[in-house]
Amino acid sequence: MSQVTIIGAGVAGLTIAREVLDRSLKVTLIDRYEGIGPHQCSWWAGGMLAPFCEGESAEEPVVRLGAGAAAWWQKHSGSVTQAGSLVVSPARDRADMRRFARRTTEFREIGAEEIAKLEPDLAGRFSNGLLFETEAHLAPREALQKLRAGLIKDGATFEVGEADPDQLTGLVVDTRGFAAKPALPDLRGVKGEMLILKCDDVSLSRPVRLLHPRIPLYVVPRGDGIFMLGATMIESSASAHPTARAMLELLSAAYALNPAFGEAEVLEIGVDSRPAFADNLPRIRRQGNIIRANGLYRHGFLLSPALARMVADVITKDEQPEFYDAA
Amino acid sequence: MRQFYGTELANGFMLGTALYPSPAILEQAFRQSGASVATVSLRRESGQAREGQDFWGIIRELGVHVLPNTAGCHTVKEAVTTAHMAREVFGTKWIKLEVIGDQDTLQPDVFALVEAARILAEDGFEVFPYTTDDLVVADKLLHAGCEVLMPWGAPIGSGLGLNNIYALRSMRAHFPDVPLVVDAGLGLPSQAAAAMELGYDAVLLNTAVAKAGDPVGMACAFAKAVEAGTLAATADPMEPRDMAAPSTPLIGKAFLS
Repeated sequence: MSQVTIIGAGVAGLTIAREVLDRSLKVTLIDRYEGIGPHQCSWWAGGMLAPFCEGESAEEPVVRLGAGAAAWWQKHSGSVTQAGSLVVSPARDRADMRRFARRTTEFREIGAEEIAKLEPDLAGRFSNGLLFETEAHLAPREALQKLRAGLIKDGATFEVGEADPDQLTGLVVDTRGFAAKPALPDLRGVKGEMLILKCDDVSLSRPVRLLHPRIPLYVVPRGDGIFMLGATMIESSASAHPTARAMLELLSAAYALNPAFGEAEVLEIGVDSRPAFADNLPRIRRQGNIIRANGLYRHGFLLSPALARMVADVITKDEQPEFYDAA
Repeated sequence: MRQFYGTELANGFMLGTALYPSPAILEQAFRQSGASVATVSLRRESGQAREGQDFWGIIRELGVHVLPNTAGCHTVKEAVTTAHMAREVFGTKWIKLEVIGDQDTLQPDVFALVEAARILAEDGFEVFPYTTDDLVVADKLLHAGCEVLMPWGAPIGSGLGLNNIYALRSMRAHFPDVPLVVDAGLGLPSQAAAAMELGYDAVLLNTAVAKAGDPVGMACAFAKAVEAGTLAATADPMEPRDMAAPSTPLIGKAFLS
């Protein structure tokens, strides 16, 4: 049985491990850190499986390939909630809603009454919205934990340590994200800042996106009164500290969604830099025994199942799938 | 054509670099439209200098004039500091000076603007001030050392076009030798053409292209409009008149009673 070494045990590494393992190969994952944690971009993810909403600004493959993500994650982590997503805008930014509707598909326009029925805590606050019924969301940390546990159960080996892909023999898959920048010079970082709040006064059943020309916000309910607020998009590889401005803007937007968020407790403030290529689509590049899979940008959970399948195709069928970059 | 601090531009199309779906689309918008100047925000986009370098590298490789801006600055001090950082990062004396006076309307704080312009001009910067269409403010900016003026068409990101044609026309007439740029508020190519027809030297826009469904197509449309407006302004447009004026003589009508 062939042996594959995967460097990086974030969302890309774990999904690739799953696909490779399912094709009867032996898998070892090496990461600098033990387990799932804040050192990973995917730890801070929103966990929205919203391919159609993303279509507002993303390239076509994100919509097409992201459509299968919810089923994949449900199969391998069982932690997907299928409740759709809701897009709303303040009355003065109605133009942004019209634009969003023109740029996306698979939604239904709904009025104040239906918003009140779906999300009672938004009742009376928004007179119309877009409901993307087929979309889903998950709790990223739980999903990663379960995926990891399943891999261990099925025989994948996890090692802790620094690994240099050039020093390893056998087939190596490098999924280190921004840390692989020296080998992928056209990779860039897009800084994202987010907050996790606890607010017992607000209850939401599905991710809600609040449109705004400068400060778009999404709120993802995690259950038990916990919400993830995200996320900024800044062209920067900085990932050490969030800015005060980002916190001000995210919290102001949340307050606009429902003023009760003003009373929330701030549980966590997160910041990281998303690895991305120029068109914000992932790439698979092969260099001898090293396969590099990177650039998931803000679509870690949405695109990693498709990316993982493609990496497995490169390994087992010697194919050049869609995200394969021969250059 | 009027020069911008001694630089002659290939055309009067200045394009912003924020809000695009991806850097790849941004690059295509510039390459296909032929925009001659790229504005780039140091403060809003990239945080600290070192960490924004990947994005700035993309801007540099566009091969157009780079006009860094101080977007997001609310005080003289912030704007001056950002300008210094921009000079270091891009190696240019050009700075689009923006001092925001109101967070909601993004209207320029013209008092702080004049003060910051004076400090930067004395320090050797070539200042492109984002201002209102007020003539007195414009005059003070020129006295502060600015050799270019960038009055707004409408508030930033509004897409309302030329809100006050009269004021823009007055500014052109008052400062016949100063390069003038309509900055902010443009939503459609026809509005850019109208600005050029008024005798303006350039237009600067961002959202209208970046947030279009097809940013590359919209950038090309603006480029054509700027070209049309530029040609029209130099072709001595006809004077409008109240009555219809038939282009062939009316024969057989003895009386127009």
